[in-house]
Amino acid sequence: MEILNLAWLIPLFPALAFVAIALFTYRSRALSHWVTISGIGLAFLAAQVVFWRAVTLPVKGGEHAFESAIAPWVIAGVERLGIGVYVDPASTIMLFMVPLVCMMIFIYSVGYMNFGTPEVDPRYSRFFCYLSLFAMGMLGMVVFNNLLAFFIFWEIMGTCSYLLIGFWYDKSYPDPDKITPKEAGLKAFIVTKIGDLFFMLGLALLYAQVGSLAYHDIFAPETLDQLAHTQFLGSTAATWIALLLFGGTVGKSAQFPLHVWLPDAMEGPTPVSALIHAATMVSAGVFLVVRTFPIFQVANASVLAVGGIPFVAFIGAFTAIFSSIMAIAQDDIKGVLAFSTISQLGYMVAALGIGAYVAGAFHLITHAFFKALLFLGSGSVIHGVEHGHHIIHEHAHGEHAAHGGADKHGRHEEQEGHSHEDVEGWFNPNDMKNMGGLAKRMPRTFWTFLIGGLALSGFPLFTAGFWSKDEILAQAFELSPAVFWTLGIAAGITAFYTMRQICLTFLGKPRTEAAEHAPESVSWMTVPLIILAIFAVSLGWAGIPEHFPVIGGIVPNWFHHFVGATIETAESGHAARVAGHFAETAHGFVWQPLVLSVVFALGGLGLGWLVYGRRPLVAGEMDPVEGAMRNVGLGWLYEAMANRFYFDELYQAVIVRPSIWLADMFDAFDYGKSGGHGVVDGAVMALGSIGKLMSEVSGWVDDKVVDGLVDLAGSAGVLLSNGFNGFDIKVIDGAVNGVGKAVKGGGKAVRPIQTGKLQDYLLLASFAVLALILTFFVILYLQI
Amino acid sequence: MNFPILSVTLFAPLVGALFILLIPRDNVNTIRRVGTAFALLTLILSVTIWVNVAQAGGGGMQLEEIYPWIPAFNVQYHIGVDGLSAPLLFLTALLTTLVTFYSSYAIDERVKEYYFLFLLLEMGMTGVFLALDLVLFYVFWEIGLVPMFLLIGVWGGARRLYAAIKFFLYTLVGSVFMLLAIIGVYFQTGTFDILEIAAAQPFAGNFTWASIAFWAFFVAFAIKVPAFPFHTWLPDAHTEAPTSGSVILAGVLLKLGAYGLIRITLPFFPAQFRYFVLDVPIIPIMAVVSIAYGAMVCMAQWDLKRLVAYSSVAHMGYVTLGVCAAAAGFGSLGDPTNFSAAASGLNGAAFQMFAHGIITGGMFFLVGMIYDRAHTRDLQVFGGLGKQIPYYYGIVMVTGFASLGLPGLAGFWSEFFVFRGAIRFIPVAAFIGVLGVVFTAAYILWKVVQHLFLGELDKEKWGKLTDMTWWEKVTMWPLIILMVVLGFYPAPLLNSFNAAAMAILQALP
Repeated sequence: MEILNLAWLIPLFPALAFVAIALFTYRSRALSHWVTISGIGLAFLAAQVVFWRAVTLPVKGGEHAFESAIAPWVIAGVERLGIGVYVDPASTIMLFMVPLVCMMIFIYSVGYMNFGTPEVDPRYSRFFCYLSLFAMGMLGMVVFNNLLAFFIFWEIMGTCSYLLIGFWYDKSYPDPDKITPKEAGLKAFIVTKIGDLFFMLGLALLYAQVGSLAYHDIFAPETLDQLAHTQFLGSTAATWIALLLFGGTVGKSAQFPLHVWLPDAMEGPTPVSALIHAATMVSAGVFLVVRTFPIFQVANASVLAVGGIPFVAFIGAFTAIFSSIMAIAQDDIKGVLAFSTISQLGYMVAALGIGAYVAGAFHLITHAFFKALLFLGSGSVIHGVEHGHHIIHEHAHGEHAAHGGADKHGRHEEQEGHSHEDVEGWFNPNDMKNMGGLAKRMPRTFWTFLIGGLALSGFPLFTAGFWSKDEILAQAFELSPAVFWTLGIAAGITAFYTMRQICLTFLGKPRTEAAEHAPESVSWMTVPLIILAIFAVSLGWAGIPEHFPVIGGIVPNWFHHFVGATIETAESGHAARVAGHFAETAHGFVWQPLVLSVVFALGGLGLGWLVYGRRPLVAGEMDPVEGAMRNVGLGWLYEAMANRFYFDELYQAVIVRPSIWLADMFDAFDYGKSGGHGVVDGAVMALGSIGKLMSEVSGWVDDKVVDGLVDLAGSAGVLLSNGFNGFDIKVIDGAVNGVGKAVKGGGKAVRPIQTGKLQDYLLLASFAVLALILTFFVILYLQI
Repeated sequence: MNFPILSVTLFAPLVGALFILLIPRDNVNTIRRVGTAFALLTLILSVTIWVNVAQAGGGGMQLEEIYPWIPAFNVQYHIGVDGLSAPLLFLTALLTTLVTFYSSYAIDERVKEYYFLFLLLEMGMTGVFLALDLVLFYVFWEIGLVPMFLLIGVWGGARRLYAAIKFFLYTLVGSVFMLLAIIGVYFQTGTFDILEIAAAQPFAGNFTWASIAFWAFFVAFAIKVPAFPFHTWLPDAHTEAPTSGSVILAGVLLKLGAYGLIRITLPFFPAQFRYFVLDVPIIPIMAVVSIAYGAMVCMAQWDLKRLVAYSSVAHMGYVTLGVCAAAAGFGSLGDPTNFSAAASGLNGAAFQMFAHGIITGGMFFLVGMIYDRAHTRDLQVFGGLGKQIPYYYGIVMVTGFASLGLPGLAGFWSEFFVFRGAIRFIPVAAFIGVLGVVFTAAYILWKVVQHLFLGELDKEKWGKLTDMTWWEKVTMWPLIILMVVLGFYPAPLLNSFNAAAMAILQALP
């Protein structure tokens, strides 16, 4: 039996873990995290089996895709959509990455949520429960054979994202303008939901056009051909479907203009930021484009093209540079990484937009590892600084106690664990200005973070990030110079802010007491860092271009061969129709992009070192870039960068507040406020009043005119009735009373059976039903 | 001859109701048990019926029973069941059972009358889903009206009389239209039999008369659904009704209107329906306004119960939109793609009837549970309850997510299939209607979840609030299980609806 048939087990393990924790083991913290880790561990093993089987699967007609037997699932008219497992290169590489990264992050979470210490999170088990559900969503999205299942699991992930961002839902800050976790979770859900609406409409349209959402149906050459030639609302169906699906990507992968949710998503616990908002879920948006790439290929690229750049590539490239600029001015250690994530996702989207399918997919995988590493590293830093702060605080508390002063707040903080309020003013452990010099205090964290940072910057030859980014740039160089230069400059900025982050966090002297006392994190946290760091370096070797000088060809470019096969198969069917710039480039070596890519990476890092590394920042000092910009009158620009170009304020003013206002207006229109009637209800009530008026008029007529006649008739009747009176009293009343007596008697007769015991009544009820049924039979018998 | 299971199911609640009349009013526990037992019996019967129908495929009428009733006017006692009505029968029986069970612990006032009315109500609702004769349909339609009027008027909140009378008059106006249309159709075709009339296509040659009859039926059903602008009775009725009344009102009574649209309006007047969907798109506009506008009005509510009430307006808008999609396909059903899209629209509408029944029914239970404890439904006074009552929090989260159409829960399928049908024929309506999904997410997560559960807990105010009791859990779990199971595996319901939808569409001329 083909082992790939069992790929559906991969999401099942975390699903079972979720159910087990939610229903049974939530009372035990240790059991809960072991259930979660076992669930993902089993999923990882199963995924490894699938992975190695899939890469060795004999190639059938150039196709690597494997589809299992199909079980019936949903039906619409005469169309049946079954569900089964689908394993192709795109899902295979995801199955390699997702369980591994998830497992590392789950293990790390045990340390991060302070397991085994008095500060352990009060909802520790619930956290692991949600993590398992998330893993199920991500893996389920990958393994099934149709886009509808993809969407279901995609939304389940979105829900987990909501739940986990708002995990500390009771947290509040002294600064009322600072977004709280509960608000951040809501914002993330609503903003991504806007993208998902487009996705859902795209699915509905695709389903309505094709009659199926199974991959083998929608990517069949005839289907694609038909979609490309069906007219729909002024364009082709394929174009509409591609644009609508891309809406889902824009929401989930935080592309401009729906990027606003991701920086705020950092309100969640750091493992969540690493897992969901950097490594896996946000890349699901990119994976959607990878998955539905054939549809994008047949879409009419000129629709909505901006300046000759295809729409998808334009959004990606713009997002890449736009958010890397904002990253420069962030002081929050996770904030920098959040904008960097948006920017890197923009890279992938831009790559896919210009048709560089393999390069986009490759960067998706390498980015997952080094960005998870960076986030976990930053979490380790935050955790250390927080503990450093606690150490000082407890010390101070001890002194207070010695002076006989009861420090209520100190105790409160111990209880709450993660409430950062402080009597003396709020200490922000995420702020890089509060760090400095941590390299000595936290060596393991430092070295692994450095590796992650270099990978993100695309440090030449040594890191995975270099190989994947270089591949994107090389393709962009040939396919679209505008995209190349945008991405290249963004790469330089990325290297710059990464160096800034490393310097501010780890170099120089500690700028606060908390940083001075920060301890290195526990092994639960540092071991995953080391493992991820290994992948952040070695993964690049899977995709070294064969024509690369000196080292090219030593290791075969496995990634390109394996993943590229899908698209080459698809292309061979459509070569004629695919526009020239959508084709995969020739595999020859071109030196200019390589040189430029090295220049951008090293230039950015070097500049960062010059500004922040040579003379580290001391406490209270202004950021040198901010200072320089203020000196030349660009302070407003720095402010704008730090404030994310005021997009939150803009959306608040243009969308959120008007919606709420409109809702209130509609409510007033509908029903009205405080006793009065709104227009809709008022109209009904007015109609009612007319009816009432009419009834009153007729009532008057009735009273005066009709009653007069009736009275007349009545008088005659009275005379008659007096005559009948004797008969009435004796005969009719007698009959009525008789019935009354009979009923009383019947009641007495029934009373004994009301014994108050349930079984008696059930028995009686059964008899009654039996009697009813019998009656029916009798009636039926009589009629027939 | 066969066992008349439909009639038995139909009249079992009536027998229960009469039986309750014999029990002295002081024996409240007996009354509760007997009431619940009869509701449970009906539930078991309805499951049997659904299994029977499913085994037979679900398309076309089954288990039919026909007896002459008023031969002078050719009125018959004609009942039958297909893949559309069988699940709705089950929904009715399930919600009635849960309501009678829940009320055993929640209602202490006039228990005897209360159970009598609920069982009578169940018979009325069941009758509407089973009736295949217009007079029978009308009789059961009206039978359902009276108990609900009394339930709101006697057991309701502060403004119960106003709400009850408004509900009664409003629906009665609709009924009058329907009665006139029924008489008109009878004079045209000479029969009251729903299947025969559908085959005869009343007023087929006369556009004006057909349109008048169409609108008379449509308005009657639109009031019950309720579709904008005929919805203002609903917030009052729901807000004032007792918890169980709201559950049945939202869970089943609204479906009677939607059922009428599918069973009567669409098969009788497909050409008119299509005309007012495609040529003069009044009905899609009503549907889309119900969805988007209804959801926005929800966002403005601070009374939790009123919010859930308005959410019904929005959610039932999907039903109307789905039926619109099916009607729009009339005339081009020969094309299998169009046929499947039209069937999707009907499937989505029917699925929404069922899903909304269990989800919003559950929502009203949950509203009642918090109201019984806090004695207020004002969302502004709550906050941080997630820590105090975690079980309740979890159950509300699942129900709320189902309500906002989250994939993996039952509510998703209805929305998806409605849009899948609508985008084929009325894409603009689909594009606008989908906005409702965002507003729904906003009012569920922002208004309900955030204001009730998130933030810091006021210990002094809510520190004594207790979590769900065992009977409350027993009430909610069947609904939760249905939401999750149908969310991942909709086939049992979808196959049934699809078979019926195909039969209905194929029967169109």
